Amino acid sequence: MSLDAETRWTRLAGFWSDFRQSPVAVAALIVIVSVVLMAVLAPLVTPQDPYNQQTLDLFDARLEPGETGSGGYVHWLGTDAAGRDVYSAILYGLRTSLIVGVSAGFCALLLGTTVGLVAAYYGGRVEAVIMRIIDLQLSLPAILLALVLVAMLGQGMPQLIGALTAAQYAYFARTTHGAASAERRKDYIEAALSTPLPARQVLFRHLLPNALPPLIVVATVQVANSIALEATLSFLGLGLPLTQPSLGSLISNGFQFLLSGRYWISIYPGIALMLTVVAINLVGDQVRYVLNPRRSR
Amino acid sequence: MSDAVLKVRDLRTQFHTKAGALKAVDGVSFEVARGRILGLVGESGSGKSVTGYSILGLIEAPGEIAGGEVLLDGVDVTRLKGEALRRVRGAKIAMVFQDPMMTLNPVLKIGTQMIAAVRAHDKVSRKVAWERSRAALAKVGIPSPEERLDAYPHQLSGGMRQRVAIAIALLHSPAVIIADEPTTALDVSIQGQILAEVRRLADDTGTAFVWVTHDLAVVSSLADDICVMYAGKVVETGAAAEVIASPRHPYTAGLLASVPAEHEPGERLPQVPGSTPSLANLPPGCAFAPRCFKAGPACTTTPPVQHFEGGRTALCHYPIESDSCPPPSSTSAAYQNAS
Amino acid sequence: MSAAILDISRVSKRFVKRPSLGERIAGAFGAGRKTEIVRAVTDVSLDVRKGEVIGLVGESGCGKSTLGRIVAGIYTPSDGQVTFGSAPVAKEQGRRTQKLTTRVQMVHQDPFASLNPRMRIGDTVGEGPVAHKIVKAREADGYVADMLGRVGLDPSYRRRFPHQFSGGQRQRIAIARALAMKPDLLVLDEPVASLDVSIQAQVLNLFMDLRRDLDLTAIFISHDLGVVRHVSDRVAIMYLGRIVELAPTPELYAAPNHPYTRALFESVPRVGVGRKDFRPIAGEIPSPLHPPSGCHFHPRCPFAGPRCKREVPALAPIGPGRSSACHLNTGGTA
Repeated sequence: MSLDAETRWTRLAGFWSDFRQSPVAVAALIVIVSVVLMAVLAPLVTPQDPYNQQTLDLFDARLEPGETGSGGYVHWLGTDAAGRDVYSAILYGLRTSLIVGVSAGFCALLLGTTVGLVAAYYGGRVEAVIMRIIDLQLSLPAILLALVLVAMLGQGMPQLIGALTAAQYAYFARTTHGAASAERRKDYIEAALSTPLPARQVLFRHLLPNALPPLIVVATVQVANSIALEATLSFLGLGLPLTQPSLGSLISNGFQFLLSGRYWISIYPGIALMLTVVAINLVGDQVRYVLNPRRSR
Repeated sequence: MSDAVLKVRDLRTQFHTKAGALKAVDGVSFEVARGRILGLVGESGSGKSVTGYSILGLIEAPGEIAGGEVLLDGVDVTRLKGEALRRVRGAKIAMVFQDPMMTLNPVLKIGTQMIAAVRAHDKVSRKVAWERSRAALAKVGIPSPEERLDAYPHQLSGGMRQRVAIAIALLHSPAVIIADEPTTALDVSIQGQILAEVRRLADDTGTAFVWVTHDLAVVSSLADDICVMYAGKVVETGAAAEVIASPRHPYTAGLLASVPAEHEPGERLPQVPGSTPSLANLPPGCAFAPRCFKAGPACTTTPPVQHFEGGRTALCHYPIESDSCPPPSSTSAAYQNAS
Repeated sequence: MSAAILDISRVSKRFVKRPSLGERIAGAFGAGRKTEIVRAVTDVSLDVRKGEVIGLVGESGCGKSTLGRIVAGIYTPSDGQVTFGSAPVAKEQGRRTQKLTTRVQMVHQDPFASLNPRMRIGDTVGEGPVAHKIVKAREADGYVADMLGRVGLDPSYRRRFPHQFSGGQRQRIAIARALAMKPDLLVLDEPVASLDVSIQAQVLNLFMDLRRDLDLTAIFISHDLGVVRHVSDRVAIMYLGRIVELAPTPELYAAPNHPYTRALFESVPRVGVGRKDFRPIAGEIPSPLHPPSGCHFHPRCPFAGPRCKREVPALAPIGPGRSSACHLNTGGTA
């Protein structure tokens, strides 16, 4: 038992020592961790609940960054047209964005992995049909598909997550299919089939665990994509209502004031969005690099 | 052997890893004379391939040549860099890999590649280069060489590709060709053809070969001299026939004894117990001691010294005596008891 | 002689590679690939008797591995049938092969590929017997320990992962996995080809011990004539999908009959005979996509005559228990 724990531990330690070779990726990881922490702890680290109408005061509307409002605290990032503290709004918006992004990414992972695995395992006609549908879907821009779906399903968090999942599962399906088809040809699968083991066991105990590493990378990148996609939809007014704001709706909220010099209402949520998405992508890139078996050690 | 074209002296190659420096090649010395074939034998991890790569200066970070000399006609190749190294490589010393596709470019015709290889070292016209390529293919026994020059690598069989790789190595009549497991991936009948050609080439052209292989049978029927490696060190050298007829080092004896073809069918094979040690974790004395049937107290504490005997060497505290031991039967018995 | 437990009857296997959609479109314009048919195994008949080890020898493309996989129920034959105790080993189910028996088990060539890298070896060895109720799930641990002990591994290793073992140890694990299914027939596909010489001997000894203790029946596939001579009772030599010679081991090695067998023996380098002049077989191994007419060996055969080009020689008896597929034995090549 102790030996197992040891291997698992050394493997993890090895992964980390490879990962931290890139200072940029480490910085990005720190950004992600702080972003997530701040979003989770939003009520504790913000001076205001930006969506509680009682705490808003129209006299505070469109204050510049650094001004002190009627609440007696400094609005470091200014306020918007309704007198919301932009800093607080960003953290609450991040919460929504992260919830939507991570859930959509997770649902897409589940759906896509299953579809890709089934295609790779059964092969033949099943595989051909599934993969052609996936190809067809990948040839459409994800944003277009998401737009149509949201328009059809209506507003709301479950609808949005559903639309994002449907728009993105194809990436997971294709990655899983690629990895699993490569594994499918290996001798240990042949050995399992010739034992013979039940299909369920071959699929989930042999094929899936070995097709997983590339999926981890895709999953990170797709979470970032989901967040960006959701922001786009919300910016276009199709995502979440302003009562449940995300970073996208915040950017959209300040967009009309952008040209009148009140840049902060849009720019700061924009920077927050960019930092989050870029940081996740950087971490994803480094994970991909570390997990790449062809990398010379 | 004063007419040696290649002299390797105390060659050391290390790989820097997280676990520290691994001595993949640890003080290897040997010589090859004109027209001779040296069989460099060892199992996986013995350092035989790394030795071959080191001779050609093909070691890349995290590996490095940490010491020793590779004298090619008196010039130390390990000290050459850049253009000087490039001029030697391919012209005076060449390499044949296990996978011929390491040499061949899949998208270029054989002829295009060979002409480029000729003109890389000799400023001759394309016509002359083509003629030399044709001659080289004919020399390694390729039928209708003109047609092959016009073919792409994927149109040839594995054996044919390996012949082309050998022909490319031969283009500049190098003094030495290092061949790394060149027939391991080939079928027996094709291997036989190539071994026959190589033997003929060494005799006719005077090219010296270092034939890196794990296969004792190949060495036995091809090589003049033999050099057995274990855990980065040369453990035994000598004329191939003598070493195979009566090995001095217990490891060589164990390897020879475990070849099934030399035993009665169904008989229990003498086996060398244990497995090859990790280079990161070598025992203090002789690396082979934990698996050796002759190991005594000195073996586990003190590194063995070279034992010389009429043109042969063995790196062993207790080499097998020449008259006490006509293998494989008696060494077989020794290993039988040990296992 | 005991009765046959496995009957391979006129088995052929063709692999058909149909052109993809893109290639079919290209084909309409005269380019692209046509349907390609690889005849991996052609009309092979063989029975395996209880307790014997049959060596299957040949060079690449001879179909020995395909034949082994048909016996192991990984492929179904295109023609003919393989029956194990009067029932077929596998059946076609849609486009997939469904294996019907657990009593034939296989050991693969490369132990680095044949073990699931993310599964503890105890689970690898134990999951088959549990799935088929050979042992109860709660007794599996002891059963696995017993199996590992039987192949000479420390039973306490069962919670380790494959990457913690050497090649020889992994091959022992693969053998333990096969044995755990309590097979009546073992198919070993080049089980020692990827191992170091000193480790080969260990695994061969293990195989011979197991064979004696468990009265195993086995098909031992190898390209190495020396290894096959050492472990088999009978040897079948294959060339381009057909068995060209079948004989008890001592007789075959003492006096090979088929010109291909003789030539193969000639080309094998041997330890201890000193530098030798090779008399290699001329020519290349033809592609199984386009095998030569008549006797597949005729383009490389020094004795070939016009009849060899026209007529496929049948595998005919040439002595007690021996057969060979050569026109020289049946009225000449003219």
